[in-house]
Amino acid sequence: MRALTYHGTHDVRVDTVPDPQIVNPRDAVIEVTATAICGSDLHLYDGVIPGVMQGDILGHEFMGRVVETGPDSTLKKDQRVVVPFTISCGKCFHCMKQQYSACDNSNPAEKQDLTEPLYGEALSGLFGYSHLTGGYPGGQAEYVRVPYSDVGPIVIPDGPSDEEVLFLSDILPTGWMAAENCDIEEGDTVAVWGCGPVGLFAIQSALLMGAHQVIAIDHYPNRLDLARKLGAKVIDYRRTHVLEALREMTGGIGPDAVIDAVGMESHGFYPDNVMDTVKQKVGIGADRGHVLREAIMAVRKGGRVSMPGVYGGFLDKFPTGAFMEKGLQWRTGQTHVQKYSEELLKRIQEGEIDTTFLISHRLSLEEAPTGYENFHSNQDDWTKVVLTPGA
Amino acid sequence: MEHDYRVNVGTKGRDAALMLGAGLLTVGAVAYWQQTRTPPRLPGVPDSAPGRTSRQSRYGDYAVSGRSVTINRPIDEVYAFWRDFSNLAGFMSHVEKVETEGDMTTWTIAAPGNQSVTVRSRIVSDRENEEIAWRSVEESDIDTEGKVMFREAPGGRGTEVEAVIAYVPPAGRFGQMIAKLFQREPRVQGRHELKRLKMLMETGEITTSQNRKTD
Ligand SMILES: NC(=O)c1ccc[n+]([C@@H]2O[C@H](COP(=O)([O-])OP(=O)(O)OC[C@H]3O[C@@H](n4cnc5c(N)ncnc54)[C@H](O)[C@@H]3O)[C@@H](O)[C@H]2O)c1
Ligand SMILES: [Zn+2]
Ligand SMILES: [Zn+2]
Repeated sequence: MRALTYHGTHDVRVDTVPDPQIVNPRDAVIEVTATAICGSDLHLYDGVIPGVMQGDILGHEFMGRVVETGPDSTLKKDQRVVVPFTISCGKCFHCMKQQYSACDNSNPAEKQDLTEPLYGEALSGLFGYSHLTGGYPGGQAEYVRVPYSDVGPIVIPDGPSDEEVLFLSDILPTGWMAAENCDIEEGDTVAVWGCGPVGLFAIQSALLMGAHQVIAIDHYPNRLDLARKLGAKVIDYRRTHVLEALREMTGGIGPDAVIDAVGMESHGFYPDNVMDTVKQKVGIGADRGHVLREAIMAVRKGGRVSMPGVYGGFLDKFPTGAFMEKGLQWRTGQTHVQKYSEELLKRIQEGEIDTTFLISHRLSLEEAPTGYENFHSNQDDWTKVVLTPGA
Repeated sequence: MEHDYRVNVGTKGRDAALMLGAGLLTVGAVAYWQQTRTPPRLPGVPDSAPGRTSRQSRYGDYAVSGRSVTINRPIDEVYAFWRDFSNLAGFMSHVEKVETEGDMTTWTIAAPGNQSVTVRSRIVSDRENEEIAWRSVEESDIDTEGKVMFREAPGGRGTEVEAVIAYVPPAGRFGQMIAKLFQREPRVQGRHELKRLKMLMETGEITTSQNRKTD
């Protein structure tokens, strides 16, 4: 089959690789009909996530048609399914608590050694996201082996198009969980850093959950425009002092909740960011945390910090003082996708959530490297890329 | 099981070490390592941590390691699964074959260079839903002992399984080969095996990211 593979920093190619097979009883094999490039893939593309090897198949946002099932799979041939990027066994302590992205069993035992010393606990399995999370071949391919196929995949009834449901795999529930982690109350202001796909869905979700106002922060005019169209107020951080503006736009109180939808590769020529960039480049596991620091400074006393943005290493100059003295709460994590599937599918079917507004480019799988290049370097225009294998 | 932390650790420890050296104490290293909360001649007060988290990892001639895992299955099921030693080859990657005859077990363990090592052991303690302990007999290639304990986990979380293994790193050329095999970090090996056991019991399969069957 054809698949997008990693060859090094800023070097991804479409190669011919062996087709996947059913390996375990609960597996299914999916023929991919649509897949997307995620902001998380850019962290791999930029080489800031360790444990990616040459030839690894990337991609964790995908859907398709079931072509083969193991004896213990509950799926049926030809069903149309969206596959969550988190691989979850459905049986362990965490899965039972719906903490699907903390599944104990989905990362192969020998791969768990990579993250146990790094994080104190081994990570769960994710599709196409380095050997830290299992080294699973990803979804930017013609076919994918899906483990625990009786737990993850969401069967899609006739009606919605592929594009309308594809983002159930990751960014839609991620934006939703980011907003849920804000515990939004009446009158609340939610500030969202980053108007990429995750930030945009977080904005949409926060408004649906009853936020009084959402303030979105970015520097790309087109992305800020998408946020504005969703109903957010916007701040361009290149022309405005973010902290001052947030205080003034909230009656001097500050936002009740803040969302870091940027993660470890914050942009901007801030002194702390320049230092962080240097450290990240020399490879000492340093995250670039400008946005997180700014969000913690901005949020009101007793406020909530929600962090869907991905971090992988360590952060200097973390404002522990502000965090403690203001009495903040912090919630984060890879999304517990399966927890939200049913509810979000229903909201899509009922027309309450539009998921297609952010798609800027539709390419064939063969054109995926162009997609990466532009989603990385022309972010303003390239807001979301959907790839179609076989096109 | 409650331990008495007030015993005179120093004396008990020395005795245990002596007995281990002479190979007299059945399940000695494991028991010693298990129960003595603070190894002798270490600074500080005895604490509540299990012996395996001690900064000391050698007990007399024995190298000891162990690990706990919580399995979301009822205790009788987990105990019964382990008690049938033929199940163990299913999740212990380097164990090729397990044969049992009464309380004697023969383990065939893969070694580097297409060789194999045979460990013959006898069950020295078997308490239903509590613990199983074994010790190698004289004709075994490796002097080793092990023990696995089962406890009901709090809050309905299933079963806590704690496995401890002790062995004498053997001498000689053959010994070096075995040592190499086991010193492929026994700690790491044990950790993988318990995790695979957990996968198998909780999910019915052993997780892999291989895209194709290995045949
Ligand atoms: N938690 C999860 O499960 C999960 C799932 C998907 C994605 N993510 C993460 O969410 C983050 C965003 O993903 P995305 O797909 O939207 O990525 P993206 O790269 O498309 O968007 C990031 C946006 O942040 C903006 N930005 C950068 N620096 C900024 C700053 N200083 N202030 C304000 N905005 C700034 C960029 O201009 C860009 O528009 C990434 O870190 C991604 O890895 C997490
Ligand atoms: Zn993603
Ligand atoms: Zn699980």
